[in-house]
Amino acid sequence: MAAGVAAWLPFARAAAIGWMPVANLPMPVAPTNKNKRQDELIILNVSGRRFQTWRNTLDRYPDTLLGSSEKEFFFNEETREYFFDRDPDSFRSILNFYRTGKLHYPRYECISAYDEELAFFGIIPEIISDCCYEEYKDRKRENTERLMDDLEDNKDNKPPNMTFRETMWRAFENPHTSTMALVFYYVTGFFIAISVITNVVETVPCGTTPNQRDIPCGERYTEAFFCMDTACVMIFTVEYLMRLFAAPSRYRFMRSVMSIIDVVAILPYYIGLVMTNNEDVSGAFVTLRVFRVFRIFKFSRHSQGLRILGYTLKSCASELGFLLFSLTMAIIIFATVMFYAEKGSSSSKFTSIPASFWYTIVTMTTLGYGDMVPKTIAGKIFGSICSLSGVLVIALPVPVIVSNFSRIYHQNQRADKRRAQKVQKARLARMRISKAGSSTAFLHSKRNGLNQSLELTGSLEEDQQLKKTTSLLESQHHHLLHCLEKTTNHEFVDERLYEQGYLQTALQNFPSQSPSLSSEEGVTGTCCSRRTKKNIQALNATHTHSHTHNLQELSALHIHCGEQQPLNTSRSSLNLMSDESGSLNCKSSGLVTTAIISIPTPPSNNSRANPDAPPPPNPDAPPRPNPGSDVVKISAL
Amino acid sequence: MGMVLGTFSMHTKQVTYRTDKVDDELEMTMVSHRPEGLEQLEAQTNFTKQELQVLYRGFKNECPSGVVNEETFKHIYAQFFPHGDASTYAHYLFNAFDTRNNGSIKFEDFVMGLSTLLRGTVRDKLEWTFHLYDINRDGFINREEMTEIVRAIYDMMGKYTYPALKGDVPKQHVDTFFEKMDKNKDGVVTLEEFVIACQEDENMMRSMQLFENVM
Repeated sequence: MAAGVAAWLPFARAAAIGWMPVANLPMPVAPTNKNKRQDELIILNVSGRRFQTWRNTLDRYPDTLLGSSEKEFFFNEETREYFFDRDPDSFRSILNFYRTGKLHYPRYECISAYDEELAFFGIIPEIISDCCYEEYKDRKRENTERLMDDLEDNKDNKPPNMTFRETMWRAFENPHTSTMALVFYYVTGFFIAISVITNVVETVPCGTTPNQRDIPCGERYTEAFFCMDTACVMIFTVEYLMRLFAAPSRYRFMRSVMSIIDVVAILPYYIGLVMTNNEDVSGAFVTLRVFRVFRIFKFSRHSQGLRILGYTLKSCASELGFLLFSLTMAIIIFATVMFYAEKGSSSSKFTSIPASFWYTIVTMTTLGYGDMVPKTIAGKIFGSICSLSGVLVIALPVPVIVSNFSRIYHQNQRADKRRAQKVQKARLARMRISKAGSSTAFLHSKRNGLNQSLELTGSLEEDQQLKKTTSLLESQHHHLLHCLEKTTNHEFVDERLYEQGYLQTALQNFPSQSPSLSSEEGVTGTCCSRRTKKNIQALNATHTHSHTHNLQELSALHIHCGEQQPLNTSRSSLNLMSDESGSLNCKSSGLVTTAIISIPTPPSNNSRANPDAPPPPNPDAPPRPNPGSDVVKISAL
Repeated sequence: MGMVLGTFSMHTKQVTYRTDKVDDELEMTMVSHRPEGLEQLEAQTNFTKQELQVLYRGFKNECPSGVVNEETFKHIYAQFFPHGDASTYAHYLFNAFDTRNNGSIKFEDFVMGLSTLLRGTVRDKLEWTFHLYDINRDGFINREEMTEIVRAIYDMMGKYTYPALKGDVPKQHVDTFFEKMDKNKDGVVTLEEFVIACQEDENMMRSMQLFENVM
């Protein structure tokens, strides 16, 4: 329940009078406000700046510093005010949280300072309201990234126990870790450069023979170039195999872009080795040599800028795609127009529409080679329109790419995409948690039997034995929900128990006397029928003590006692503990189901099973009065 | 050229968007309401000045404009019942508080209703409850109205209950209610029947006393 509507709780409780005529059962006693005093103003002095608010405002959130008795530690007797030696600017938003129920994150505030203030005042950052949550998460992520970068810079020595494989991988990925890695890095870079230069020089004409045209160097010094090529390819192959060996996930490594480039760079050589001097495929062989130029892409491992450029192009692919599409549209339109305009003139180069494409592209990109020019007047008019609109079209994609590039360079783009998914998931999770929190809070307090002792004829001693772990507000809210339960004669349960309830009613007429619950969890453990008390006593006597030893595989034994017989007005019979010899107060009927139940934790972690946490409170639970307690938890580990 | 066309169309789109915004702003100047003076309210209701102050502070916090409309009301009420769907019951409650039937609750209506519920006589409370149940305000509660109310209450429980809601539990509940209330078995419950039957029921009287000290 959002405490922002805490002020309306009296109204909701008053409206509950509308249920009374419909209800068939008596209502539980309302929790009383023992120290009912008039609401007073309290002064909070934060480093000299005085804030004043009502005490009730602060009491809305009893699990924070200001809402609990923890603030008494800061009470100053002489000045009769609460003094906190903290930042008054941040305190503004914290106090506003109490007033409005929404926690806002001020933009000018440093993220770590704000986090510290929240931690001091016991407020979890997850309840920052939606309007400020994005900003908060962004800043938090930037901060953690900054911290991680700092950590990595300071990390000089590698962790001691790294296998040889991991060391190698680390050396490959981050050349600055060791001298060997640096050497390797530079050597491969050098060889990539050599390989590329070789490819280039191969085609340069060098030297002439008197009766022939210039032949390229590649054909003149075939063996030399072949040796060079072989050396480079051997180095690249060795490097690739070493990377493949060191990769933590070989499959993923093989799928990555860089490894594909590596493979493509060295493959032509091997293919060339395999099929030599075969005239048929020499054409294909020549094509393969083109792929050798891909070796230049291997430089991207060595250059951060190249990688960013590649990533930019990939990320603004959609914008580029759309622009390409519109460009194509324009080209087709203009080519058609030019073709038909120039159709009339003789010896026109615009022989077909596809032939006009070339003119259109050259004109729109303002290249203007001049190999195709319109001759008719109409052609010239449309040609000029074409070139003018081309200027517009070309001007458009450039800012897009530039802005994207700068964005990535500041490491924003990558975070955006990941953030979008995470934020959505996180927000849904938060909403689920806060919604479930309020509903599970009631279920938890039910399990603790707090509500049960507030029966109409409940005695006062039991009241005092209650631990006031819940605030007055919460207990009033729970009382309201309890009244609703009584009105409809049904109880709130959580989803898991609801499923089990379904199964239980299916097996309702399957009484089994054997208390062997050591079988699987679930409904097969219905050891007692729904009727007789005797079974319960036997169950109580034998189960609770022996079972804690027998059940090893189950982490909690959940005994659910439902009240199936019609209740009479005086429930004192249900409060009796003397009837039962067993340590449990299972009343009229009971079904023992085994389930994994988690101990009530604060709503932030939404009741997931926590097998390690619950200590066996079995011997301790019963002495606390659980009259008519519907659900008693015993954990057996 | 496609670009040129595109930019033209974008421009026209922008114009219409702007006019929409202007309309929105006009709607946003909402009706603001201030309640009558504190003394008058104190005279009309059974609350003390301090209690009225506390109530008004809470009211104004949730509804700065001074009136509650049905949506806000449902939203507020639903916060107290996270398990199920409280909107139907909140709708009936809203109608019960909205004595002037104009779709909004001012602070005076709110306080009057609360005064009846918390500080009124038993007869006042029962009358208020009767008016809550009597949806069409014809002075009689018939089966359909009661079924609606009971169904709305059961809706608030939500899906996950023990024992599971099977069969037509609300209908059985209504039958029990009519058995108790409808003395002359004519199928409707009048105000007098209702009041007499309730006063005979000790449980109910005791339950109603429970909410005395809510404030």
